[in-house]
Amino acid sequence: MIKNISNLGDAALYCDFGKEVNKEINTNVIKYFKNIKEKNIPEITNITPSYNKLIISFDPNKTNYSNLKKLIEKIDIKNVKENPSNKINIPVCCEDKFSLDIKRLKEKSGLSDDKILEKFFNKKYFCYMTGFIAGMPFVGDLDQEIRVKRLETPRIKVPKGAVAITEQFANIYTFESPGGWNIIGNTPLKIFDNTKEIEPNLINPGDVITFKQITIEEYNSFND
Amino acid sequence: MTKNYFELIRPGINTTFQDEGRKNLYHIGITFSGAMDKRNYLIANKLVGNNLNAPAIEFAYQGPLLKYTGYEINFVITGDVSFIIRSKGKEIDGNCYEVYNLKNNDEIDILSTNKSVYGYFNISGEFKIKPQWNSYSINTKAKIGPNNGKKFEKNQKIFISKIFSDLNKKKIEYINTKIENIRIIKGTNFDYFSEEGKKTFFGKDFTVSKLSDRMGMRLEGPKIENIVDTNIKSEGLIKGVIQVPPDGKPIIMLSDHGSIGGYPKIGTVISADYDKLVQLSPGSKIKFKEINLSDAETLFKLYEMETQNLLSQI
Repeated sequence: MIKNISNLGDAALYCDFGKEVNKEINTNVIKYFKNIKEKNIPEITNITPSYNKLIISFDPNKTNYSNLKKLIEKIDIKNVKENPSNKINIPVCCEDKFSLDIKRLKEKSGLSDDKILEKFFNKKYFCYMTGFIAGMPFVGDLDQEIRVKRLETPRIKVPKGAVAITEQFANIYTFESPGGWNIIGNTPLKIFDNTKEIEPNLINPGDVITFKQITIEEYNSFND
Repeated sequence: MTKNYFELIRPGINTTFQDEGRKNLYHIGITFSGAMDKRNYLIANKLVGNNLNAPAIEFAYQGPLLKYTGYEINFVITGDVSFIIRSKGKEIDGNCYEVYNLKNNDEIDILSTNKSVYGYFNISGEFKIKPQWNSYSINTKAKIGPNNGKKFEKNQKIFISKIFSDLNKKKIEYINTKIENIRIIKGTNFDYFSEEGKKTFFGKDFTVSKLSDRMGMRLEGPKIENIVDTNIKSEGLIKGVIQVPPDGKPIIMLSDHGSIGGYPKIGTVISADYDKLVQLSPGSKIKFKEINLSDAETLFKLYEMETQNLLSQI
């Protein structure tokens, strides 16, 4: 549940669900997000769910902080059913040319390549949020033993399709972009399709993700 | 049928289509975008008789050199911009906020945004472009919007699908005032910073860095000391949020910012000051001043009233 609502500037509500990051708190964030979105409140210009926060931006010409806060406080999600989550399988190739940070992962975790990949692939993940760049999913939680910090110096260019990990999370770079996560492989699957007018993103908050290791041959012929 | 179009003899530094922005897509990582200086964008649309939410061409620093082919058309430039109109061997120094008539083979040479950043160009008519996710705004980082989400390049053509027959040449008097004091509301991570850090933030001058763009305004100045953590769990951002990364130098999120971020938020620029903030060019000095929410709301109402008054004079 929302622990506290405060203002972020003069045109947004900052809904705080607490400090921890876990599936239960995030599920509540997503429930609020979906519920508010379905209401199509015209004053609202954006609703941004994240691990444990929900930011609601509004048009200050149409409403103000205290009025919108009252409206949000009335929302009760007790009876909101959890939507059945989509299950999405992501093919990932971990050949040397894609697995750019495997050496670093080995050093930091003390595990062998095979062990790292085994721990990464044999798990169901939960999508906490999408964003930063268009369609980028943040999923978790990684096995304790392969949790490592971000790179000391972020890369200026992370290739499109890179699957990368840091701390308890994994993400997928939907565009070539700067980034500081540890790259473990690359997916040929289109995670964000900007030619689609509706649902351009493949993965939404609340979805269940699995990763499947593929060979370089499978990777190369994937989009044929 | 004769085609009406502009050819970009020179594209300008960052020339894009912008409108009111793209709503309700932050949750999938698509940012708001839209005209940086909304007031100047709205005035441009009103002067040429377009809908207020019609797309306009936004340029930064040096604008484009446009050669026109087609039937007579009206255009206007808003902002603090120097430009020349070349017509049949003659050169006219253009005035912002004044509608001019353009004939076949005329040129508009948008030289520079004087001591500011953004200017707007619009025609009395419609450009032949398609919206993406209900907006004509180009986001060059995510490659979203018309022109395949890219800024304009040399020799490209911008086609016009409709010319309005009303060739009424409207104008208004308006002077863009500058601000040095940026008013902010304290951020959600204000307590992450030391007493000294807070004092620095509100007391010292900061300088707008050259590394600023439509995504963010980077500031140079004294380091703002963080005593709690230089990272937070990533969460949503809005334009105007001031994040302080580990190097202690604040970054203000602007219209094309990433939808989420993980640096502590020291404050948020009030809505009333945003149009003026984005016009501060690299090297400009700024100071932050704290105000409360109710004052920010009043100031926004006043700013909006002023904008509406300007629009109603047209």
